[in-house]
Parts: sequence; structure tokens; C-alpha cells
Amino acid sequence: MIDIIIDITLLTFLAITSVAILRMSNLFAIVMLFGVFSLLSAGLFVVMDAPDVAFTEAAVGAGISTVLMLATLALVKRQQKPHYTEETPQTHRPWLPLLVVIVTGSALVYGTWDIPAFGDPDAPAQTHVARYYIDNALQETGVPNIVTAILASYRGFDTLGEVAVIFTAAVAVLLLIGGRRPKSPATSKDKESKIKPNLILRVVAKFLIPLIILFALYVQFHGDFGPGGGFQAGVIFSAAFILYSLVFGLDSAEKIIPANWLRILAALGLLIYAGVGIASLLLGENYLDYTPLGSNQIAGQHLGILLVELGVGITVAAAMLILFFAFAGRGRD
Amino acid sequence: MDFLIGHYNYWIVIILMMVGLYTVISRGNLIKKIIGLNMFQVSVFLLYISLSTVEGGAAPIITEGVEIYSNPLPHVLILTAIVVGVATTALALALVVRIKESYGTIEEDEIHKLDQSL
Repeated sequence: MIDIIIDITLLTFLAITSVAILRMSNLFAIVMLFGVFSLLSAGLFVVMDAPDVAFTEAAVGAGISTVLMLATLALVKRQQKPHYTEETPQTHRPWLPLLVVIVTGSALVYGTWDIPAFGDPDAPAQTHVARYYIDNALQETGVPNIVTAILASYRGFDTLGEVAVIFTAAVAVLLLIGGRRPKSPATSKDKESKIKPNLILRVVAKFLIPLIILFALYVQFHGDFGPGGGFQAGVIFSAAFILYSLVFGLDSAEKIIPANWLRILAALGLLIYAGVGIASLLLGENYLDYTPLGSNQIAGQHLGILLVELGVGITVAAAMLILFFAFAGRGRD
Repeated sequence: MDFLIGHYNYWIVIILMMVGLYTVISRGNLIKKIIGLNMFQVSVFLLYISLSTVEGGAAPIITEGVEIYSNPLPHVLILTAIVVGVATTALALALVVRIKESYGTIEEDEIHKLDQSL
């Protein structure tokens, strides 16, 4: 019962936050509220028994994407133009979009009449392939966390594709805004002096960063047994470096991890993943079937999942850092 | 009452989806549009995870003495979708930065005006 109450409260908060985001025009406040929105949805994922997803949403939605949006705001205007003013007549009339949204929404609500109730154990989604995974994942892969088993083994092709998409997005962002802006100098001096070294921030960050990195490694290598895995670990790992560069400056962060290392690492992770698939091909099995990698099925699956998750972690961490450095470096001139 | 509680999740998901869609259609600021798209995206995540929940189920990590687990498959799909989502959002933001650099504005109507005056 308490689950349902928390669930309903969080959902209501989520709806209120979304309407607040719609009505506000200060972009800074909107981005902060969107961070709250993500954190609330991460809480909901915990209530709905999806710790792996909650982990990812908290690290990505409330962490990385907020930082990226703030970095973008630093490059563009902070204030949204008022919705309409006296001299510039409103170009976006509210009635047509409102009509579209209400009609679409009503059609969707009509559709929910046929959806099985929330938490129904006999719903079609629960009775087909999910049963197979829950019953057989531990025997077939030796990994207690079913999510990791599906992610890295049963649906390995899918995950390979997702990692390739992340890699491609990082490459595309580098092409768009990776280079230095060809602009006149002279403004760089007063920018440097704006960020004063804050002693408290520096000391706290120095304490926190090793712990964050340690936690990322734990999430990476304990992902077989508890919630976690390459995606979450990669994001947490990059968060440590983003924190470092926010506190100590972009230049000192780039001294620790040079930009071309990051590019090599992002490609390396994807290569490890694809390479595991090639290895199983060469050993006479199907692509990404890990069985021949070890002496028996469980050992092979275990090694395969470990390597694949490592590849995912490396690519995700490097890609997130590439994205952050691209946005932050653009503003530096 | 049971029907209400059993469908509350889906209705809020639809509300979030529609607020996101409305933000995308009706607001001219490009960053606001991207945030609208992100709200839409999160509502889809919530729909999937709502469908995966089983009454009295535990997180899908095999443990002694636990019989019922929630459905792990949507968790996998959404977990990867979240990380892909941030990568594609970053791509959209990068495009906004480039638009700002060449047009000097990120308001849709002003960009249209500049395009027409060429």
C-alpha cells in the first residue's frame, strides 16, 4: 500500500514540475527544474523495482544532461523571449497546438481502458518472454542480476548497437563544435579572473573525487551481482572528471586526460565489444555467443559479459567526457 | 477506485507526454523545445517501467526466497535508452550552439525572419 502512495505522490509532483517547466521563461530555472524532474523520475523507478534504471536516470538525467544544458546556456542567451509582446505579435498561436494535444491525449487515455491494471501479474507483458528470462537466466549465464544477463548476453546485439549510437553521437558533436571557435581574442583575460578559486569547493572535491571513482569501479565490476553495469559506471566515472574540471578548471582537467586519449578510448571500448563477438565467431560459435570463451558455458558467459560490460563502460565514460569538453571548450575561446 | 489506482500511472504518463509535445509545438525557443522533447522521452521511459511492474514483485536480481520479480526486459531497453538519450540530446544542443553562432539567436521566428530576408 505504501508503495502505491509514494508512487502516486511522485507522479503528481512530476506532473506539476512538467507544467512549471512549460510556463517558465527563465532558461536557467527551466534547466534546474528539469534536473528535479529527472531526479523525481529516478525515485519513481526505485519504487517500481527498477534499480538499474533508477541508477542510470539519476546519474544521467540529474547529472550529466543538466551539466550539458548549463554549458549550452553559457554559450547562448539565458532568457527565453517573452511569449509575446506588444510590438511583436505572437507568432505561435496557442489554440491549434492545444487542440492537437488535447485530441491526441484523449485518444491515448481512451486507449488505456484496455491496458491491464498497474502491477497485474497476468498482463501479456509478464507472461511471454520475461518468464523465460526469470526462470533460466541464472542457470544459463551464472549472473544473478537478470538485467545484466539480458543486456550483455541475450540481447547483446541490441546493446552493441546502442554503444555504436553513443559513439556516433560523440563523433558528431566533435564535428559540430569540437574545434576552437575562430574568433577574435582579447576577451579571454577577464573570463579567467571571473572564477575565483574557492577553498571549500576544492577541499570537498578532492575528498569526493576518489570516492566517486571507486564507486564507479564498484558499479562496473559488481554489476553482475547487484544493480549496475557498464552504462551506469561509465556515466559515474565521467561525473568524477566533470566535477574535477568544474572546480579546478578545464585546462588542468585536460592535462590529466588529453583530448586525443579520450577519442582513442571511445573507439577502444566499442572495439572491445565488437572484438568479443569476433572472438566467439573464430571459436566456432555465433557472433556474441560467449560459450566458447571459457571452459564451460557458465565460465564463458561470465568472461564474455565482463569484457562486454568493460567495453561499454570505457566507451560511455569517454563519450560523456568528449561531450562535456566539447561544450565547455567552445566557451573558452 | 481500483480502476483509478490501476491506471493512474498511465494517465500521468500521458499528461507528461502531452505537456512535452505541447512545449515542442508551441514554444519558439530551441532550448525549451529540446527540454520538451526530453520530457516526452522520460514519459516513455515511465510507461515502459510501469508496464514492467508486478504487484509484490522484487527487483530482478535472483535472491534466495524471492519468488516474484518485476519484468527485467523493459529495464534493459530503458537503461540503454537513457544513455543514448543524453548522447542525442547533446547532439541537439550542439546544433543549437552552431545555430546561435551563425544566426545570433535561438528563437525560431527570428531565425525564419533571417532566412526569408536573405
